[in-house]
Amino acid sequence: TQMAGAKKATPRFRRNYELATGIMRFSAARMYHKRGTALNKKTKVAKKAVAPVAKFVTKKVGGSKNGGDRKVLVKKGPTFLKEDHVLDTAAKVRRNPKVQSLRKSITPGTVLIILAGRHKGKRVVFLKQLEKSGLLLVTGPHKLNNVPLRRIGQSFVIATSTKVDVSGVKLPETLTDAYFKRTHAKVEKKGEKADIFASGHQEYKVSEQRKTDQKLVDKAVLTAIKKHPEHKFLRGYFSTRFSIRKNQQPHAMVF
Amino acid sequence: TMVYKRMVEIGRVVYVAKGENEGKLATIVNIVDGNKVLLDGPASGVLRSVRNLKDLQLTKFKVPIRLQQRTKNVEKAWTEAEISKKWQESTWAKKLAARKLRSTLSDFDRYKLMRAKQARNRLVKVELAKLKKAARKA
Repeated sequence: TQMAGAKKATPRFRRNYELATGIMRFSAARMYHKRGTALNKKTKVAKKAVAPVAKFVTKKVGGSKNGGDRKVLVKKGPTFLKEDHVLDTAAKVRRNPKVQSLRKSITPGTVLIILAGRHKGKRVVFLKQLEKSGLLLVTGPHKLNNVPLRRIGQSFVIATSTKVDVSGVKLPETLTDAYFKRTHAKVEKKGEKADIFASGHQEYKVSEQRKTDQKLVDKAVLTAIKKHPEHKFLRGYFSTRFSIRKNQQPHAMVF
Repeated sequence: TMVYKRMVEIGRVVYVAKGENEGKLATIVNIVDGNKVLLDGPASGVLRSVRNLKDLQLTKFKVPIRLQQRTKNVEKAWTEAEISKKWQESTWAKKLAARKLRSTLSDFDRYKLMRAKQARNRLVKVELAKLKKAARKA
């Protein structure tokens, strides 16, 4: 029965119908021709021409010496200028590069596992985030696993739940991005003046400054490690590399 | 021929392996059909419900109850049979607990475990060498 006031549904006649479940009377290709979509010519729609907006309005001006008419701006500028011309233009917002935000699991003192580079698999202590580059400043400590004070991106480490209390570690102010910046040897001149016998490779030498800084920081970090309740195991932990064993799936593991 | 020792029967204690109440124990109170049973687990927090046998694993325990007995009586029979206690002592439950513990170990914990295993193996090695030496002399 129909509800009061409801419209009677118009019966729908379909061009195609099912002969049996999953088998249609007409194929997709037949239906394409029956629908006649191929015959419908695509008509080009003409773009609407945008009428240019006039900037000026010509107005008639009286007086014989005034040339008859004037062009007057439709949009007039501000009636009064600022006392200081600098204030007339809006101040530009200076955009500073955003400081990379760290994962929540990485806080000073977190033990990290390095994933790439010559120190991969080693466990290190995170000290602080460097201001300019947003990289992590870490140390082995060097005595335990030969990892010096160095920078590393947070995507190249796994943060573990183990933490060392480094609140007592005072880092020298000089440990900035500039301190760790690589220095490149000057490229030799080409052409006639080129010294073809000059050796191109310069051996990297650790500066005395770095050595003293390393000693200073490591001494404090090592005392911090010693304060950890399980410091006996922790020293061995730092000097052992991480690796994945049989039946270990890193995504299913807790660190 | 293989003889089945654990049957789908009234009073059989089952381990819910999948879906709701995963990891809990319950008792079969009635059998709906070849696939489904009515469960009740008042002592372990499983509400009386029909579950598919595919989600369940049969344990060696049985509770002395009758068909379709009420929750109150199921709980009484369960506590009298000390099923919860017996389950805790079973190898099955111990294995599950060990697996859970292992999955929650941190990286540092895994290192400590490795060291403990090394220490144990060293002791075993020494004892074995002693026995071998004694056997050679005899």
